[in-house]
Amino acid sequence: MKFAAQRLNRIHHGAGFAALHAALAICRERRIVWLPLVDAPERRDYSAEGYSRIKAICAAKMNAKLLHDLKELLGPDAVLHRPEELMLYEYDGSVETARPDCVVFPRTTADVEGIVRLAQQHKAPLVGRGAGTGLSGGAIARHGGIVTSFARMNRILEIDAENQIARVQPGVVNSDLSAAVAHLGLHFAPDPSSQKACTIGGNVSENSGGPHTLAYGVTTNHVLALEVVLPTGELLHLGNSALDSPGYDLTGLFVGSEGTFGLVTEITVKLTRLPEAVKTLLAIFDTIDDATETVAEITARGITPAACEMLDGWTIRAVEDYVHAGFPLDCAAILLIDVDGLREVTEVEAAEVEDVCRVHRAREVRVARDARERDLLWKGRKNAFGAAGRVSPSYYTQDGVIPRTKLPATLRRIGEISRKYNLQIGNVFHAGDGNLHPIILFDERNQQQFRDTVAAADEIIAFCVQAGGSITGEHGVGMEKDRLMPLIFSEADLSLMQSVRGIFNPEGLLNPGKIFPDSKGCGEIYARPRREGAAPSARQS
Amino acid sequence: MSSTSSEAHTDGGNAGRQTAPSAAQSKRSGFSGADKPEYADYSRCVHCGLCLNHCPTYRLWHEEADSPRGRIRQIALVDEGKLALAESFVEHIDRCLDCRACETVCPSGVEYGKLVEFARAQIETNYRRPIASRVIRDLVYRQLLPFPRRISIAARALRLYQRSGLAPLARRTGILRLLGLRERERLLPKIDSDFFFNELGRLYPAHTARRARVAFFAGCVALVTFSELNRATIRVLQANGCEVVVPESQRCCGALAAHAGVRDVARELARANIAAFTDGHFDAIVTNAAGCGSTLKEYAHFFPADDPNHARAQKFAATVRDVSEFLDDLGLVAPMRPVPLRVTYQDSCHLAHGQKVREAPRTLIRAVPGVELVEMPLADQCCGSAGVYNVTQTKASLELLALKMDSVRQTKAQAIVTANPGCILQLRAGSAIHGTGQEVLHVVELLDRALAPQGW
Repeated sequence: MKFAAQRLNRIHHGAGFAALHAALAICRERRIVWLPLVDAPERRDYSAEGYSRIKAICAAKMNAKLLHDLKELLGPDAVLHRPEELMLYEYDGSVETARPDCVVFPRTTADVEGIVRLAQQHKAPLVGRGAGTGLSGGAIARHGGIVTSFARMNRILEIDAENQIARVQPGVVNSDLSAAVAHLGLHFAPDPSSQKACTIGGNVSENSGGPHTLAYGVTTNHVLALEVVLPTGELLHLGNSALDSPGYDLTGLFVGSEGTFGLVTEITVKLTRLPEAVKTLLAIFDTIDDATETVAEITARGITPAACEMLDGWTIRAVEDYVHAGFPLDCAAILLIDVDGLREVTEVEAAEVEDVCRVHRAREVRVARDARERDLLWKGRKNAFGAAGRVSPSYYTQDGVIPRTKLPATLRRIGEISRKYNLQIGNVFHAGDGNLHPIILFDERNQQQFRDTVAAADEIIAFCVQAGGSITGEHGVGMEKDRLMPLIFSEADLSLMQSVRGIFNPEGLLNPGKIFPDSKGCGEIYARPRREGAAPSARQS
Repeated sequence: MSSTSSEAHTDGGNAGRQTAPSAAQSKRSGFSGADKPEYADYSRCVHCGLCLNHCPTYRLWHEEADSPRGRIRQIALVDEGKLALAESFVEHIDRCLDCRACETVCPSGVEYGKLVEFARAQIETNYRRPIASRVIRDLVYRQLLPFPRRISIAARALRLYQRSGLAPLARRTGILRLLGLRERERLLPKIDSDFFFNELGRLYPAHTARRARVAFFAGCVALVTFSELNRATIRVLQANGCEVVVPESQRCCGALAAHAGVRDVARELARANIAAFTDGHFDAIVTNAAGCGSTLKEYAHFFPADDPNHARAQKFAATVRDVSEFLDDLGLVAPMRPVPLRVTYQDSCHLAHGQKVREAPRTLIRAVPGVELVEMPLADQCCGSAGVYNVTQTKASLELLALKMDSVRQTKAQAIVTANPGCILQLRAGSAIHGTGQEVLHVVELLDRALAPQGW
């Protein structure tokens, strides 16, 4: 305590002082006892001064006892706590950053139970992390605390080919599971663009989708059962291997809860038969409108492609530089369409799709001749985001949803926004299900440009909502879109959701500061000075 | 690198972002001089994380600090003055294999190999290693490798040790274990009886009508440990219509020095080699070592763009070909006898990831009648050899080797074919340690076997 007081005297003088006292009072009230042992001066770089000072005190410390207990439990190799190690867990695939106070690497469910018990004892926030490829800051310890990395819990526990089921630990990499069952003619259908690195645990938390979501559904459609540890330390088994289990669908509730309900320690997933045949078509258009109208008509004709992706001209040029897939550099848009299923059906559907493309003035329609060509085309699509790094120091990928009939109007609007802010915006998206991913390029050294980027992104999302869509299709809300939730949910909706969270996570220790604009738990402390400042329009109270 | 505020959104929209630049940014960079990682290079990384699962060290330990993304972040943090160029940084940069598997999967086109080599150059100039390490590094990189005659002397000494009965004695008495060298001794190359020095300066005529005139790059350690491989390479080239010149004044390519951050030595060697190969009117400069080839092709990295050597290096690099790449382009014409063998191919990192040559060696292997090529899982994951990695990071290297031998075992192959001397040594050790019994061959050794007039 004395140490803490010294630290307080040293760091906290001036404007943030009163706020600090208020914060400490709440900490005491909530029995948040972890004390400052590690100073993290970088925290002060992050945001408004007084606010970050509170953060430095309240969130940047790790009780020595807790560290000791964690090391005792997991072994010294499985606990990171030095600042130079923690700096590398500040980020994920998004533009957000925040430093945890320690990172732990469980190997078994029992380890996770132990970690949760200790976090509970010390009232430390607890954040799950897979590969850190997420795009909404889901795996970032917004308010410090313990990051639980599941990277070493990466065993495939069971493959039951006859029943098309696999039981895996959360750290198994998405494409590794598909590779492991490929010889059985099976695969794990959710295929986020990051599938070669992202973990199934992360997919479950974010309810990830991917290009083939259009036909195969999102992660929740492929999860049968979960083993989870609640913040109270309770171990639960939700769902079972049957396709429909009686009672409430708690598995469904858990999938997509972004780590705010519990830590998932085991996942039973459905494996999907690889289709007998796949045809991949590349349609090239001279105007964006032609491409978007094609998408609307394909579905109107009653065809459900396995995937229907659109890339605009700018994105194509960025990607082609990397994959050399033969994308034309002078076109306005391409559609990448997969039809799969029985051989005969695929032939018919492919012909039909080709016809629609031609009706809508496609300059050219190519059909991939073999698996190699198909993979190359898809490689172009799956690397579209990263390829933005070739042309710009930073980029911000948005994730919005619109009814697919509104595609032409929305893209025109994005073009206007791009011109208004003088920002380059690339468009790549799951056209079939109206899930947009505008990529806004910026240079993070230019503060004005960054502010414009956020403003432009907000305008795009606002337009999506107006058009009858939503603020996120698959990246999750995380700490990126919490403030946008009121755009689509009423206060009553949000309050109900938070009550649900309260059942599993009453103290708000799990992944605090995510999803909801106003977070319970230690997050509340941090929310206070923010509300005193310029209140965001989206925020209530 | 996006080091933007975490709370910006919640801070009343965008207000929080304004305060992001701060004391930290005005801190001094931990890097100095010319050979340093540049913002333009490392900021290409958008930390998407797609590299993680392809990085051998991340797959071993699953820690960001030992992933490409984490290492790039550390480089950025040192440059921003937020992380000291000290033990932790050095440890994680040292642990990198420099296999560049991450470059293959990086959608943003980050030139990771360049970044890590520059980071190592910074460590070399700005960090004081323990005295023993300094002495050994100085000896190897500055006093030994650049000088063929010294290599020859050292090799004779080592050969004496290996042939005189000292080696079994040292093994049996446990003195190696005492010195902590037991594992390393197993990875030592077997010194040849007949070195590859006499061949330097000679010209080998094409066996058929001349289809190309090539210069052969012979390597440094290979002169005393892979002379047979070098001879086999020349034979295969001759048999396929190449006139082969082995320029006399060629030196070590500088790859090991460059990978270790000793760039001044590497740069000198680059100058010497560019001069040695300049005026021979060669269709190609051919090497059988993927590690050398990768560095030779990147000689321009050693010289700033305004240095006249830069252009010379680019011209030199444009003619460098790995022997697999060259033969595949040229097309095999020599008649071949069947070699009934089930083989698997291990991608050499600096061929697959460094030079992006994947298909050529496979095509050549398939061209040998009787050979059945069975792909192993994760063939393009590093075997742990990585230049001197198996000596400097022996434990990690052996763990990677164990994983590799597991993959090999699944193929039930009788031989492992690869494209780089370092990989051959490591895989031979793997075959011995794990008792899997495969012989290990270079692609050209397999071709040479098919050419050989009599059975082997």
